[in-house]
Amino acid sequence: MPNLPLAKAINAGLRTAMERDPKVLLMGEDIGRLGGVFRVTEGLQKDFGEARVLDTPLAEAGIVGTAIGLALRGYRPVCEIQFNGFVYPAFNQIVTQLAKLRARSQGRLELPVVLRIPFGGGIGSVEHHSESPEALFAHVSGLRVVTPATSADAYWMIQQAIASPDPVVFFEPERRYWDKGQVETDATLADVAPLHRARVVRRGEHVTVAAYGPTVRLALEAAEAAAEDGTQLEVVDLRTISPLDVGTVAESVRRTGRLVVVHEAPTFGGVGGELAARITERCFYSLEAPVLRVGGFHLPYPAARVEEHYLPGVDRVLDAVDRSLAA
Amino acid sequence: MPGGDPEGMVQLLTPAGERVEHPDYDVALEPEELLGLYRDLVLVRRVDTEANALQRQGELGLWAGLLGQEAAQVGSGRALRPQDHAFPTYREHGVAWCRGVDPLGILEIFRGTSHGGWDPVAHRLHPYTLVIAAQLLPAVGCAMGVQRDGAVGTGDPGRDTAVIGYLGDGATSQGEASEALQWAAVFNAPVVIFCQNNQWAISEPVSVQARVPLHRRADGVGVPGVLVDGNDVLACLAVTRAALDRARSGGGPTFVEAYTYRMGAHTTSDDPTRYRSAAEVDVWRAKDPIDRFRRYLESEGLLDEDFTTALEAEAEQLAEHLRAGVRELPEPAPLAMFDHAYAEPHEQVEEEREEFAAYLASFDAAPSGGDPHQQPATVAGRTR
Repeated sequence: MPNLPLAKAINAGLRTAMERDPKVLLMGEDIGRLGGVFRVTEGLQKDFGEARVLDTPLAEAGIVGTAIGLALRGYRPVCEIQFNGFVYPAFNQIVTQLAKLRARSQGRLELPVVLRIPFGGGIGSVEHHSESPEALFAHVSGLRVVTPATSADAYWMIQQAIASPDPVVFFEPERRYWDKGQVETDATLADVAPLHRARVVRRGEHVTVAAYGPTVRLALEAAEAAAEDGTQLEVVDLRTISPLDVGTVAESVRRTGRLVVVHEAPTFGGVGGELAARITERCFYSLEAPVLRVGGFHLPYPAARVEEHYLPGVDRVLDAVDRSLAA
Repeated sequence: MPGGDPEGMVQLLTPAGERVEHPDYDVALEPEELLGLYRDLVLVRRVDTEANALQRQGELGLWAGLLGQEAAQVGSGRALRPQDHAFPTYREHGVAWCRGVDPLGILEIFRGTSHGGWDPVAHRLHPYTLVIAAQLLPAVGCAMGVQRDGAVGTGDPGRDTAVIGYLGDGATSQGEASEALQWAAVFNAPVVIFCQNNQWAISEPVSVQARVPLHRRADGVGVPGVLVDGNDVLACLAVTRAALDRARSGGGPTFVEAYTYRMGAHTTSDDPTRYRSAAEVDVWRAKDPIDRFRRYLESEGLLDEDFTTALEAEAEQLAEHLRAGVRELPEPAPLAMFDHAYAEPHEQVEEEREEFAAYLASFDAAPSGGDPHQQPATVAGRTR
């Protein structure tokens, strides 16, 4: 069982998918000889050739638009968007074509396209490199949106995303690319957790904390700190944003009576609000406190020197936990 | 300049129907092939006429007419082989005809019973795309797939495959149109980008879109651009055929500008008298694609009364097929809208489907009765 950084786990997952299915292609900027700016595709062009690992022109609409055409011809393109804030030139193709062609054609066209997007902050970078735009994609019917928080999930979820007959937006937590974790590579796709299931990653009886992507580790750190004060947090890794596995969170909330949702994206109009509404609908009589959200502010992502104030940290999570318990 | 013929335009038939030579392009067609083209032109115009009437009668919500563009569409459409792929805009009814699509499938879109009633895989005609130019990058990607399948340059006419992507003059302004040309060039994709310059993008003349002739915009990315008389079916066939052959043989992409005119409104909701003169339309009426081809066929002695009478009867049958068929298009059941957003179940969609089904079923017990799954129009009027 190898111990891999999250970026290398995705690399291994891509390699396995490409070995299994010759129709799997990788497309993106600098993903070939360079191996991608985060080195996620390192070595793949050398081993699979330029016809399957394409260094593309620097045009995101072109990457996604031609991926659609390749998918129509029977291929399974995996597109790397270099950074989160660079996805917008492709937004038209994603929203008006990729997401809708299946419905437009009454199910006659299949678009097994994966968009890999590094997201989230905390790496001290410049504008457009640290954003969390997942809610924009979750709002679009026809897309699936997932994000791994660990190396093991990264390895399996990328393969599940590639195997999906629907387009999948696969958000990769930038600041966790170097986090190492054990990856059970001997299992099969059928053995591991389904792509669209959340997972309770720490048991606790007092407050449920739901997180995904980069904030899962944060929630676990908050749980460690809270435990020192005698507060037991139950941490749920959502893993999937569209669809949202509300049932797993609801089951937890029925036991704890409290929910705090943590993400880096602005809370306004975000995934936390959606989860809060659905948990309130399902668990109204189990809730001991209002569902609280901890996340980014309704602002353009700030310059790196203040991002630690913009991003939720352990203290802001614990503050929300305290407010929930005080209610 | 609206009305005047631009320089360097490939033409094989003058507006008077006189057959002329071109140094680079020619077609040699058997009489039955020529008559086949004439039949196509007449029938697709009849589809358009009938659809306009059906819109006026309230059977269609909207119609985007092709009047005046029949030659560009039939000429390019008949240049395609069965294995080729076509990516249309929303006005390519003549191309759809050439791909064997029942025009009723198009009327479904404008009646609102579906977003397109044909199988895009079987007909190799992509669904109509309403976001202008958005179909072009997928067309280029499809051509890149053709390359990877080894279906280019084999010399086997049944295997070598090309892709054609359509756009209008207005769509050339979209960034994606330029991007598609550039990607096609970089990957040497077997694709033809076919632009029908019908002079008007709703109310905006082509001068708002470009300061150079549209076909020259391909120069900048190293794609050959060809200007063809879009009202000359023979020239459109010859130029498109050559471009597709070039693509299929591995020669790379071509940009074709078919110089034509939208004789009618942009759609039935448009009023072209607000932005263009009757005199301009008259100039183009004299260049009508069907009139000129008929004159040519007559001068060759190919149009006899039997053929003309049979064609008139066929057009009448087609019109009746549309009139009767459009009224019989099944109303979509309300729950059917949940069917194809995803290939595999999506938790939230499935929840909403179940809740909405239960909501609809809650009316079943009401005294007014009925089946909400079949008759959406009556649901709204019902009370609990």
